[in-house]
Amino acid sequence: MTVDAALDAAKAAGILFLAVVLQISIFSGIDIFGGRPDLLLVTLVVVALLRGTIFGAAAGFGAGLLYDMGTFGTLGFIALLYTLAGYWIGRYGETTGRDRSHAPLLSVAVVTVLFSFGALMLHFMLGENAPAREVLVESLVPTVLLNLLIAVPVYAAVRRILRPPGWADRAREVRLLG
Amino acid sequence: MARNRSVSAVLGGSVARPRPQPFPSRSRSALKRRAVVGVLVLLSLVLITASFRESSDGFLHRVGGGGATVLRPFEVGAERVARPFRDAYGYLAGLVHAKAENKRLRSELDQARQEANQGRIKAQQNDQLRAALVFIDSPAFPRDFRPVNTRVLGAPQSPFEQRVIIAAGSDAGIRIDAPVITEEGLVGRVTGLTGSEAEVTLLTDEESAVPALDLDSSTNARGLVRRGQGKGSLILDRVAKDAAVSEGDKIVTAGSRSKQFPSLFPRGIAIGSVTSVGRTDTSLFTHVQIEPFVDFSSLDSVIVLVSKRRPPVAP
Repeated sequence: MTVDAALDAAKAAGILFLAVVLQISIFSGIDIFGGRPDLLLVTLVVVALLRGTIFGAAAGFGAGLLYDMGTFGTLGFIALLYTLAGYWIGRYGETTGRDRSHAPLLSVAVVTVLFSFGALMLHFMLGENAPAREVLVESLVPTVLLNLLIAVPVYAAVRRILRPPGWADRAREVRLLG
Repeated sequence: MARNRSVSAVLGGSVARPRPQPFPSRSRSALKRRAVVGVLVLLSLVLITASFRESSDGFLHRVGGGGATVLRPFEVGAERVARPFRDAYGYLAGLVHAKAENKRLRSELDQARQEANQGRIKAQQNDQLRAALVFIDSPAFPRDFRPVNTRVLGAPQSPFEQRVIIAAGSDAGIRIDAPVITEEGLVGRVTGLTGSEAEVTLLTDEESAVPALDLDSSTNARGLVRRGQGKGSLILDRVAKDAAVSEGDKIVTAGSRSKQFPSLFPRGIAIGSVTSVGRTDTSLFTHVQIEPFVDFSSLDSVIVLVSKRRPPVAP
């Protein structure tokens, strides 16, 4: 692992750690029209989009595990869902979604819906309380809208810290022009 | 000399453009990518299974608790930073909620007021109907008549017009000139009729004249009850000068003893009580003022007397 890669991983870890803390302490308490913004999921989606499959999956696993610990939940529960989300969005970012301006918003919307379904199904399989009506009918649409709302500033902020690959090269090209 | 600012001119043919750097993970093999994800998913499943099955003081729970302990100071710090914003949001949300709640409560209050008013009106009507029933069952109710209880739809429109509309007509068996009473006394008579409504001319109308007698008079004083000078007052007109009438005497309808031409009003229906008696040397009759028992200004329900006999036919 190069120094740049290690620095990159440290930055992503810091961003996700901050997202976990903010999600647990602030965002989980916000309830607007039945929806709750998921800052951690949005941040994970952005990181995975910018850094790809393996990075996304690893980031999802780590952030999910931290979230499970912070909320005294079943260890591995959110980690599993975030791993799959990070992997899938990373793959999308590497292929079809690369350099497309709508990719972050589309990813956030789709992942929010799939995450809700996945969490509901996993809760159901574990024999826990799984209020399908509340999750899918009452809170899904406002949650998606809230996540889309926070996706724009989160994407802008994370993109400044974790620059997409190739930016440094493009900068050198511009210096040649000057 | 024109400056050539095109990209190819600036870079020149010998400058090699760097190829876009692929994603780090893209350069790895698909097998490695899948292996990493597979391991993470498997690890998550193992963690879920182990965490779900072990007791609350198990190893994984202790690890989770340790993680939560590490996160706790950060959460507290973030919560303290966010508290003013959260309080502001809570205050604004509370205002919006209070406004909506105020609107809802006002609506409920209006509805409750309407229901309370309707309840009071119904209770009042119930009392009136009960009193009417008691009156109908009492000996004071005239025989040979059947009662038609009905509501008053329209009050007198002006002081000059002493007529009301009632919610029963010829469909209920009511006929023209049928007497209209309450449990307190005589109200008037029916002067207009449709199938479902009837017009009642009150006793206080200029055209009303009812044969009446003083029930407490030793001389059995008789006269005609007509409209008086004051609002809602009555007089007993054409009372003989030597008739013994005194204040407080009860005036009732006189009826008629003629079987061929009975009076419109059956005998014995209360009209009012004598409030003053006046005699002058020049006058042919005694002036008798009557206070009616019925309050004509607040009639809500009345009883129409429908004769059980065939109506008299004029010769």
